[in-house]
Amino acid sequence: MSEEKIKDLEAWFEARIANEEKIEPKDWMPEKYRQTHIRQMSQHAHSEIVGMLPEGNWITRAPSLRRKVALLAKVQDEAGHGLYLYSATETLGISREEMIEQLHSGKAKYSSIFNYPTISWADIGAIGWLVDGAAIINQVALCGTSFGPYARAMVRICKEESFHQRQGYEIMLTLARGSNEQKAMAQDALNRWWWPSLMMFGPRDEDSPNTAQSMKWKLKRKSNDELRQQFIDQTVPQADLIDLKIPDPDLKWNEERGHYDFGPIDWEEFWQVVKGHGPCNKERLAARKNAWANGEWVRDAALAYSEKQKSKELNKAS
Amino acid sequence: MKKDWPLWEVFVRSKNGLEHRHFGSLHAADAQMALENARDVYTRRNEGVSIWVVESKHITASNPENNPEMFEPAKDKVYRHPTFYKLPDEIKHM
Repeated sequence: MSEEKIKDLEAWFEARIANEEKIEPKDWMPEKYRQTHIRQMSQHAHSEIVGMLPEGNWITRAPSLRRKVALLAKVQDEAGHGLYLYSATETLGISREEMIEQLHSGKAKYSSIFNYPTISWADIGAIGWLVDGAAIINQVALCGTSFGPYARAMVRICKEESFHQRQGYEIMLTLARGSNEQKAMAQDALNRWWWPSLMMFGPRDEDSPNTAQSMKWKLKRKSNDELRQQFIDQTVPQADLIDLKIPDPDLKWNEERGHYDFGPIDWEEFWQVVKGHGPCNKERLAARKNAWANGEWVRDAALAYSEKQKSKELNKAS
Repeated sequence: MKKDWPLWEVFVRSKNGLEHRHFGSLHAADAQMALENARDVYTRRNEGVSIWVVESKHITASNPENNPEMFEPAKDKVYRHPTFYKLPDEIKHM
C-alpha cells in the first residue's frame, strides 16, 4: 500500500472513531492501534490473572463460610475476566501462548498493585473496597472504548465487579465495628493499601505522554489525575462512615475546587514496583510460571485425548 | 508438545424464546470441554439455559473490505419498507 493510501485510510479510521463507530477485529486498522490494544488488553488480562494470587492466599482462611463463598466467587470472576480479555486480545492476531510468554518473560506488565502482600484478613476487605473500587473507575470509562471486543468484555466485567467492591467494604465495615483489635486491623490494611491504590491510576498527567492518543482512541475518557481525584472524592466519605482514617495528613476538603486536596504520592515507589522491585514481584511471577509449567502435561494430555477420539471416529466412519 | 488448545466460539440462549447469541470465545481441547468451560466462563450468574460451541475455524466470515458490494445494494431499495407506500390519512393502522 502506498503511503498516501495509508494516510487516507488513517484519516478515515480516525473519523470513524470520532463518530462513535466501533472498530471490529477484521476492519482495517493502523498498526499502532493494533499494537497499543494488544499491549493494553493483554496487560489488563494478566492483571486479572495475577490478581487472583493475593486473594487466593486467604480462601482457606476466610473467617466464615459466608466470607469464603464470596471470596471464592470473586477470585473465580477474576479468572473469568482474564479469559474474556485474553480472547478479546486474540482477535487482534496474537496467540494465547505468545501473551503468556510475554508475561513470563517480563515483556508484558500487569497492574503493580498485585505486587503487594496480603498479610491479614483485613487486606481482603481493603482490596475489594479500594483496589476493585479503583479498577471499576478505570473500567467503566473503558465500556465505551472504540475496539468492539474490548468494550464488550468491559461491559460484562463492570456488571460483575460491583459485588467485588461491596463485599470488600462489608468486610471493612464489619471489622471497623468489631473489637479494638479488629478495628486496628482494618485501619492497618487501609494504611497499607491507600497509596498503592492511588497509584493504580498511573503517573500524573504531565508524566503520561500517551494520554492524547489514548483519548482519541477512547482508551481513556478522562485523564489519570481526573480519575484519581474522582476515586478520592468518592472514597473519603466511605472511610468516614466507618470511622477509619485515610493515611494522608494533607487530605482536606477544598470548598473552592469542590474536591479533596491530597498529599504527594511517592512516585519513586511506584516506578520501583513497576520495574520489578516491589515486595512480591518475584513471588507472583514465579507462581504464574509454576502454574503454567506444572499444567503442561494436563494441556498436552487433553489434546492427545481429543486427537485420539477424533481418529477413532474417523476409523469407525471408514 | 507446545500448542494452544483450539479456539471455540460460544453462543448462549439466555432464556427459552430467545435466540442463541454470541457471548465470546475460549480455548478447549474438545467439544465437551468447550461446553464445560463455557458454562464456567460465560454463565456464572444464570445467564443461560442453553449453550452452543463451535470451533472458530469452522466459521466463515465476510470481509469488511467487501462491505460495499455486500451490503450497499440493499440501501436504495426503499420500497422494501412500509413507509414507502402512501396511504390516505383515514387509514389509521395498516
